[in-house]
Amino acid sequence: MATTKIAFIVKSLPYKTEASRLALTHAIASQTVEIYLEDGDMVEPVLAFIGDGVLNCLRNQKAMNMYGVTSLEQHLKNSLLLDLKVLICKEDVQKFGIAEDSLIMDAEDIGGETRANVVAFSEIMKEMEAANHLMFF
Amino acid sequence: MSKLTIGVFSSLVGSLSLDFAVKLSEAAIKKGHKVDFWVSGNATMLSKKGQRAFKDYSALEKKIQELLATGNFQATACEACAEARGYHKEDTMEGFKRHSMDWYLASCFSADKVLHIGGD
Repeated sequence: MATTKIAFIVKSLPYKTEASRLALTHAIASQTVEIYLEDGDMVEPVLAFIGDGVLNCLRNQKAMNMYGVTSLEQHLKNSLLLDLKVLICKEDVQKFGIAEDSLIMDAEDIGGETRANVVAFSEIMKEMEAANHLMFF
Repeated sequence: MSKLTIGVFSSLVGSLSLDFAVKLSEAAIKKGHKVDFWVSGNATMLSKKGQRAFKDYSALEKKIQELLATGNFQATACEACAEARGYHKEDTMEGFKRHSMDWYLASCFSADKVLHIGGD
């Protein structure tokens, strides 16, 4: 039995490129990875938003209305629904002047119980140091 | 012998990241290592068969075939990313696999090193 921790670090703007969407979909794929692994082995994801990446976490995204594609908000809520650890960099949130109630902090509307956490960058650094592999998006 | 997992998200044309990743794979294999090569997003373009080699553009199909023939190189494309771009199973070059994203994470699980090369 072994656990490999992968940190998905999102630093890209939402919608400008596919990067942040791929970060979320790859992180969510950790929930089905067991089909390739031995019994008891698992991948533990942590999803962290830093720099411009914190803008992916804004509430009330209208991607479906405007472009006919799923919003990153929906993917982020699905991550929380699946109990992924989601961290948002406090300093970068403050840098953009974003109020915490403008951020996607939970997925209660779809039955999720896990909440996102706005944390200091030093906490995100600790997660990165604890991870076996880092993926920057 | 170690296992290197390389994930690439950049397109075949418009960036040299895939060229670099394939060269790195070749070097690793020559040193006796195994390489799992994952392409997602725009990098799924690499899995398309029938690439025509022009001197002005990256052309990696021949090199990929050589690496696959070593038996120490696995290349897999994200199926959803490929389908979204109109690259269907019948369009995929011989030897190139297609799986969902969990394949990549499973490969990372058992890798000695992971090199993740983002896209745009």
